[in-house]
Amino acid sequence: MAQNKHPLMAWIDARLPITSTFEKHMSKYYAPKNFNWWYVFGLLAMVVFANQILTGIWLTMSYVPSSEEAFASVEYIMRDVEFGWLLRYMHSTGASLFFLVVYLHMYRGVMYGSYQKPRELIWLFGMFVYLAMMAEGFMGYILPWGNMSFWGAQVIISLFGAIPYFGEAVQEWIRGDYLISGITLNRFFALHVVALPLVLIVLVVIHVLALHEVGSNNPDGIDIKKHMDERGVPLDGIPFHPYFTIGKLPAVSVFLMVFVGIIFFFPEGGGYFIEYANFEPADNLKTPEHIAPSWYFGAFYAMLRAVPSKGMGVIVMAGAIAILFILPWLDRSNVKSWRFKGMYSKVAIVSFGIAFAVLTWLGTQPATPGYTILARVMTVVYFLFFLAMPFYSKYEKTKPVPERIGE
Amino acid sequence: MKKYLISAVFALLPMMSFAAVGVALDSVDLDPSDKTSLQLGATTYMDYCMGCHSLKYARYNRVARDLDIPEDEFRATLMHSDASFGSLMENAMPAKQSKVWFGITPPDLTLVARLRGNDWLYSYLRGFYADASRPFGVNNLVFKDVGMPHVLAELQGVCADKPQMGGHEDRGTHDDGCKKLAVEGTQTKEEYDETVYDLVNFLAYMGDPNKLERERLGWMVLLFLAVFWFISLLYTRELKKDIH
Repeated sequence: MAQNKHPLMAWIDARLPITSTFEKHMSKYYAPKNFNWWYVFGLLAMVVFANQILTGIWLTMSYVPSSEEAFASVEYIMRDVEFGWLLRYMHSTGASLFFLVVYLHMYRGVMYGSYQKPRELIWLFGMFVYLAMMAEGFMGYILPWGNMSFWGAQVIISLFGAIPYFGEAVQEWIRGDYLISGITLNRFFALHVVALPLVLIVLVVIHVLALHEVGSNNPDGIDIKKHMDERGVPLDGIPFHPYFTIGKLPAVSVFLMVFVGIIFFFPEGGGYFIEYANFEPADNLKTPEHIAPSWYFGAFYAMLRAVPSKGMGVIVMAGAIAILFILPWLDRSNVKSWRFKGMYSKVAIVSFGIAFAVLTWLGTQPATPGYTILARVMTVVYFLFFLAMPFYSKYEKTKPVPERIGE
Repeated sequence: MKKYLISAVFALLPMMSFAAVGVALDSVDLDPSDKTSLQLGATTYMDYCMGCHSLKYARYNRVARDLDIPEDEFRATLMHSDASFGSLMENAMPAKQSKVWFGITPPDLTLVARLRGNDWLYSYLRGFYADASRPFGVNNLVFKDVGMPHVLAELQGVCADKPQMGGHEDRGTHDDGCKKLAVEGTQTKEEYDETVYDLVNFLAYMGDPNKLERERLGWMVLLFLAVFWFISLLYTRELKKDIH
């Protein structure tokens, strides 16, 4: 490539590292050749993130962030703005699918041990991305100013009331008012459209930079950098571009078909993507029959409700998120991928996945006594996966990892 | 106020709230492409409902266009105000006084079909029955102690007892509903069911006016993606030949 470079490109490269950056991160970034379909979700998260940013910009052009006009302006977008309904549904569906692909992306990391040394910081910054996404999702949810926006926010902000001594003050600080009001709406709008997207972009860049520094893991957990050819190219690596960019177009189009199917045919997602109670304006005197957070917070909400005392419930819920951060230091296994781990790890990883899925579903359902018991059992399974990991991962018998991929 | 809110939230949090005590609803299949039904539904709405319930997120001209009604005809038969044709469908209901009259300000109904669901509306509008203990002499099977009088009593009459609900009602089936009338109306049971069907069809359109266009476009986008998927598959098959 260097030999027949266009003069203009050479001129630019002497001043700005376009070609070398592209080579470092795309055409000469070598990814393991044994990637499977689980490895597409990071790319899909990027696609959805771009969708959220773009549709968000256009929605902002017509949305009015005031408690008097927010609800009506959303209906204005839905009815009077050309293709406004499409932009809104792309954004609302994108929010749910963002969480879906990120959950699958994270689970991939758990299965193949992608968080293990030397990839701890990739996992850590990925968790910060997830945390910022949760804040972004929560604040975006209040913007339509429907009744579920209002009451959902009411419930989530009230969680901060469990903080001893300062609970009340923290709640007022978040709301900017004694109760959720237009002031709250305006500041959430500012955070949702400016502050958090900036934070997200920076965190995603750091996440990817950290990944490209050490290289990608793979389903076997084999370190491909151990075996290089004479030019320093991993023997089991293939260039990220074009094999994992254009090469992933079929997978991206299948994903887009699902995305489009929801947008055009089931935009409400059965009440999970847009809640029915959000079709009436916020009303502080009228509580919806069934207050539930968005499905993507369901697991944590189910854990909160599973604990009888509110204070303890909040601690359990916060702990469920916090414990994910220290995952890299809980795993003491000498192998990365579950393919070579012992039976205990395999059972633990599968039960963890099931527990999270069941809790997510429970969080969207009313808490009947039976469901509460199920939620408690699943909460225990969730925490056991982490708390018992230092022991089962260390003492179980693992299989030997091959030197090369495909051996 | 603040204390009330906080205690309400605290009370709600642990139990998350229970679904309302459910009444079996009649289920109904609507047809948003049936323009005649939508036009009849719009007529009923403008004659009986619009006085109290605005449609303030929708515009007259959009409704006329979507329902294939020419402007002069729309103005003559459907618009009972001299608002401009492009304006939002508001009404002159005074919010404060109406709250005194009915106990609640009659809500805007632009989005009621998406809030309550089509089955609920279809059952609710056929769910009124005589109840002397209520201010307007009627109660509702689906919405107990509702503040609204039975506005369509002129058409249906007033049902003597609680109507039957819970079946699959469609055009042509009239098993459910009122079994015995205390006061006769101008329509037969079948005609009233049709009137309500058209009205609910109209309200469903009102809540989601882009449904037909959206689904039509959806098939085209899916078709495009299917072709795109196929071409990208051919390309990546070539690409994979490089990998050993």
